[in-house]
Amino acid sequence: MSVLEVSNLQKSFGSTDVLKNINFSLERGEILSIIGSSGSGKTTLLRCLNFLETPDEGIISCNGDILFDSSNPKTLTETEIRKNRLHFGLVFQSFNLFPQYTAMKNVMLAKELLAKGRPDYKSNKKAILTEIENEAKALLAQVGLSDKLSNYPHELSGGQQQRVAIARALALNPEILCFDEPTSALDPELTGEVLKVIKQLADRHTTMIIVTHEMQFAREVSTKVLFMDDGYVVEYDTPEEVFGNPKEERTIRFLERYSNGLE
Amino acid sequence: MTFTAVTLKLLEGFETTFLIFIITLVAAIPLGLIISFGSMSRFRPLSWLTRTLVWIIRGTPLMLQVIIVFYGPGLIWDNVRGLTRMSSVLVAFIINYAAYFSEIFRGGIEGIPRGQYEAGQVLGMTKRQIFFRIILLQVIKRIVPPMSNEIITLVKDTSLARVIAVREIIMEAESFISTYALIWPLFYSGAFFLIFCGVLTILFQFIEQRLSYFRV
Repeated sequence: MSVLEVSNLQKSFGSTDVLKNINFSLERGEILSIIGSSGSGKTTLLRCLNFLETPDEGIISCNGDILFDSSNPKTLTETEIRKNRLHFGLVFQSFNLFPQYTAMKNVMLAKELLAKGRPDYKSNKKAILTEIENEAKALLAQVGLSDKLSNYPHELSGGQQQRVAIARALALNPEILCFDEPTSALDPELTGEVLKVIKQLADRHTTMIIVTHEMQFAREVSTKVLFMDDGYVVEYDTPEEVFGNPKEERTIRFLERYSNGLE
Repeated sequence: MTFTAVTLKLLEGFETTFLIFIITLVAAIPLGLIISFGSMSRFRPLSWLTRTLVWIIRGTPLMLQVIIVFYGPGLIWDNVRGLTRMSSVLVAFIINYAAYFSEIFRGGIEGIPRGQYEAGQVLGMTKRQIFFRIILLQVIKRIVPPMSNEIITLVKDTSLARVIAVREIIMEAESFISTYALIWPLFYSGAFFLIFCGVLTILFQFIEQRLSYFRV
């Protein structure tokens, strides 16, 4: 069963159609890179999957459960959407760490709040919080920030902030971890450390969707590549095929422009 | 008139000044928050109405508003007694300052990047949790400087209360001119304002200091 299945997804802002009939599915452990020029709809697609935008049409299902169905209003309530979001993690282009909290607290906060809803929370508070704390420490160690646990976001470099953001997204054990151009806001010398962390996650077979402009990285790390243009999925195949043997005219032109340094 | 006697008399006036200040402050902050929600409402008629009211209140002198609140009801309706002098001052001050505060709150809330809300959303937080755990403290940090400015202005605006003969400190000081032909008590009253504002300045510096551990 596919971990993610998207069918006939459509979204428009006013009279502009941003997503047109998007269909694809993803298996557990797969890493999907979404490429395409700016304005092609990549980010909107990712935001729809995380329910930051509501699609106009279509169905999104995860492990066979329908999370969103435009024809079923029951899937559109606030509580339902909030629950569904937990299937996905999202790492933003601009990190969006919470500035008033330390790196540790940024990673722990959502989990702490969720734990409060547990029936055994009151009786077991101490153990639960210790567990959350240990997990957060382990996650920050995993992204190489063991020495920055008590630093505030403004004390960290962009690359370090983005790594905290990755740890924060991982804390809730999402089925699918999404990245929205995770290195676009970083200085070139800092992109490496973030890509390295994503690469490590790939080696552990974390299911991921990565919207990126780093073609070389997409080629190395992904199991599937999806090329979008003007709101359509133009090509969806293995990286070898998309990069080495593109079938569509539009893909060829995009990759050519890219290798010429124009994108 | 001895210095001590003048000081005692001025302290009496200062008590009224302080009352106007503190009651206005305590009531205008929550009212201002409500007004700011009104002006940010997505329901157009409500935001339009709220913004029009804020425009009128900020666009006319506070002194005039005090007079209208005090004399207005009696002029419009024959059998209405209207509010006492002090209550009229308080009503006018609270509404006026709530309007100013609401704009500060609106600016503070609207200035928080959307990404902060979205980061909370994708982590499964409720709207309440996002507001109280993430947004609120950032808003407070942003609004402390403009709020301290406005609050210090309020200290000095209390002297407008004498337009309807509420005996705040300036009015008490002025009475020395007519009764004893002494003008120095009036100058001396300035020291009370100065010291009070000094204390507030230190207080606001302390709050800013306490919130300086993070940046927004």
